[in-house]
This record gives sequence, C-alpha cells and structure tokens, in this order.
Amino acid sequence: MNTLGEAWDWLADSAHWSGSEGIGQRLLEHFLLTLVCLLISCLIALPVALVLGHLGRGGALAVNISNIGRAVPTFAVLVLLLLTPLGRYGEGPTVVALVLFAVPPLLTNAYVGMREVDRGVVQAARGMGMTGGQLLRRVEAPLALPMILAGVRLAAVQLVATATIAALAGGGGLGRIITAGFNLASTPQVVAGAFLVAVFALLVEGLFALAERLGPGRARQGRP
Amino acid sequence: MKAPDDCLARNEWICGAYLSTRRQVLSDAVLQHLELTSLAVLIALVLALPLAVLARRWRLAAGPVLALTTVLYTIPSLAMFSLLLPVYGLSAALVVAGLVLYSLTLLVRNILAGLKAVPEETREAARGMGYGPVRLLLTVELPLALPAAMAGLRIAAVSAVSLVTVGAIVGFGGLGNLIYSGMNTYFKAQVLTASVLCVLIAVAADLLLLGVQWLLTPWTRAARS
Repeated sequence: MNTLGEAWDWLADSAHWSGSEGIGQRLLEHFLLTLVCLLISCLIALPVALVLGHLGRGGALAVNISNIGRAVPTFAVLVLLLLTPLGRYGEGPTVVALVLFAVPPLLTNAYVGMREVDRGVVQAARGMGMTGGQLLRRVEAPLALPMILAGVRLAAVQLVATATIAALAGGGGLGRIITAGFNLASTPQVVAGAFLVAVFALLVEGLFALAERLGPGRARQGRP
Repeated sequence: MKAPDDCLARNEWICGAYLSTRRQVLSDAVLQHLELTSLAVLIALVLALPLAVLARRWRLAAGPVLALTTVLYTIPSLAMFSLLLPVYGLSAALVVAGLVLYSLTLLVRNILAGLKAVPEETREAARGMGYGPVRLLLTVELPLALPAAMAGLRIAAVSAVSLVTVGAIVGFGGLGNLIYSGMNTYFKAQVLTASVLCVLIAVAADLLLLGVQWLLTPWTRAARS
C-alpha cells in the first residue's frame, strides 16, 4: 500500500507533468504515435484485405499472418530495426515496428469479414447487374464493417502496447516513464508510469467499445 | 598480437563464431526462456480450468470473469510487469506472474467457449444414462471442449514465448536479456541469434501442443476420415 501511496504522490506532483520529459509530453507522444501508425496501418492493410476478400484469393496468407505476428517478439523486432540503418532516424524503428504489428489483425479481420458476407446476398447483387466494384463498395464492405471495426480495435490496443515496449528500445511515449523509473530504481515512478499506460490502453479499448455501441445498428455484433 | 579479423570483430548480423564461443550463454538463456514460459502457462492452465467451469455452471460469474480477463489482456506487457513490481520485486516470479495473467485470459475464454459449444442433446443423453454432474464434466464436457481449449493453449504458449523477452526489463527475460544487452552494446549477431531462437521456440511449442492435441483427441480424426 505504501508504494501505491508514493506512486500517487509521484503522479500528483505537478513538476512531473510539464517539460520535455514530463507526463504531458509523453502522453502526447504516445497518442500521436498510436494515431499516426493506426492510420498508416489501415491505409496499407484495409485496401489489400478488401480486394483479396472480394476476389476470394490469398486467404491462407491473410489468416495466417496473425499467427506469425504473435510468434515474433515485439521487443526483438524493435531492437533489430534499431540496429539497422533505420535506427538513425529517431522514431523510425518505432513507427515501422508499430505498423508491422498493427497490420496482421487488420488484414485478418477485414478478410474474414469480407468472406463471411452471405453468398446469397452477393449473388443477388450480381443478379441485379452490379459490377465488381459496386458489389465491393455497396454490398460487401458495408456488411463486413463490424468485423473490420473489430480488427481496428484490436490493432489500436496492439499499437498502444507496442508503443509502450518501444521505450525499452529508446522510443518515446508513456513507456519512457517506466523505463526511466527502472533506471532510477524508483518503484513509485515505475508504478505511476504503468498506471498511466494501463489507463491509456483501457481508455482506447473503452472508446472503441463505446463507438461500436453508439454506431449504426449494422456495425454491431462484430466480435470475432 | 594481432586483433582477430572475424565476423565478431566486424560485428556482422550472422556469425558462426558467435554461436560457437557463446554456446553456454545461449543455452542458459534458452533454458531460462523455456522455464519461465512453461511455468507460467502451466499455472495459468491450473487456474483457468476451475474459473471456466465456474463461469459455465454459475451464469452470473461469466460476465465478471470475462470482463476482468479482458481488462487484464488490454494492459500492455511492460505496464503489467511494472504494476507487479511492488509485489514481487526484481524477480523471476514477477515475469511468471505477468505471463500467467495474460495466459489466463486466453485460456478462460477458449475453455469457456469450448464448454458452451457442447450440444445440449449430448448433455441430456449423458444425464439420461445416469451421469452425475462431476462425471458429466470429466468424461463428456471437458473432452468435447478439448479442441477449443487446446487452440487457446497454443495461442497462450506462443504469446508467452514472445512476451518473456519483455521480462528483460527486470533481468529475467530469457533470450530477451541477450537482446537487451545486445542492443546496449550494438552487438548485431547476439540480437539476431536470440530473436531467431525466440521464434524457433514459439514454433516448436506450437507444433508440440498440436501433437499433444492429436494424441488427446483420436475421435476427431476418426470422424474426419
């Protein structure tokens, strides 16, 4: 209990919130890293998954890529990238690692969502004379939306976690408060940083859950 | 004496000399990696089974159990290890406890899904044959839930192998320790070798559990062929 009190005191100290290494700055870094990488990952993964799902090709790859992603340690990829020439570009290794780990859940969920669209509906749309492009945009993609959004939520949570581990490899974000705490052998700071990261991750998860609930009816019941 | 001009001196990614000179360090790290992973997954399995059965039997418990495990799973690994620091200090127990919490989530979800998928007719038939609740659970429900449970166990084991590396922050990360020190000394061969070994352990664990599942569920093969 004593450590929790000290951690709380650490958080309540306004001096820890300001400055270039303060909580405010780290929070902003974490948020921007997550957001930018989520956008990049969606831009890469979703078009590929939608087209593959529409054509019904490359399913084995789209489904297995998630399993491969799980077997590769995030920390190892971060350090490997750090030691390549990419390591010279500040947050470069972090961004690449984050995108690499956010793409698999996006790809798998969007692909499975596209393939699970009722074949009868697809055939009816074809019978009405829809072209491939119309079918994809007006029928398949809207019906696959719940699964696609579930993938985005998984990817966002994955991004928050990866951005935290990036601090071990010198990246920015809230994880830096934890690693700095370890370096100072300050348990209160470590616990305070961990608390911030946990709250941030739960907020992201909670916001997506809320968005799903408030979203249009057909975007619901999309849990894999 | 002339400085040796081998791949270690040139700091190359792939280096045979590294493998032969650091054999002991590598095997110690692999051993620690395997110990931490298997201990965590085994403890999680022992905890998950009663939790899942409880959530299945007592409907009111299902909601809170699933909500709690989802919250645990959402917390990033580095934060999870750090939150446990006041309880366990800088120890191997801290890494094991963190991994148990993650594996618990995956196992409870999958075992519960497996138990829920047992057809009601099957349960009725067993009851009609005079099976009591315990015998029903042990000889009918759990075996039928086995494929789903094993799927969860495989995911938990593979994730645990990869998450152990983050334990390097407290000095108990198995191969993660080598990756961490290799990062600080810019030692490319060490980082790549440890990373590759990590992935190999994950693949081996997955295949091993797949084999165990094959041996435990002979009836699924009979049905397919």
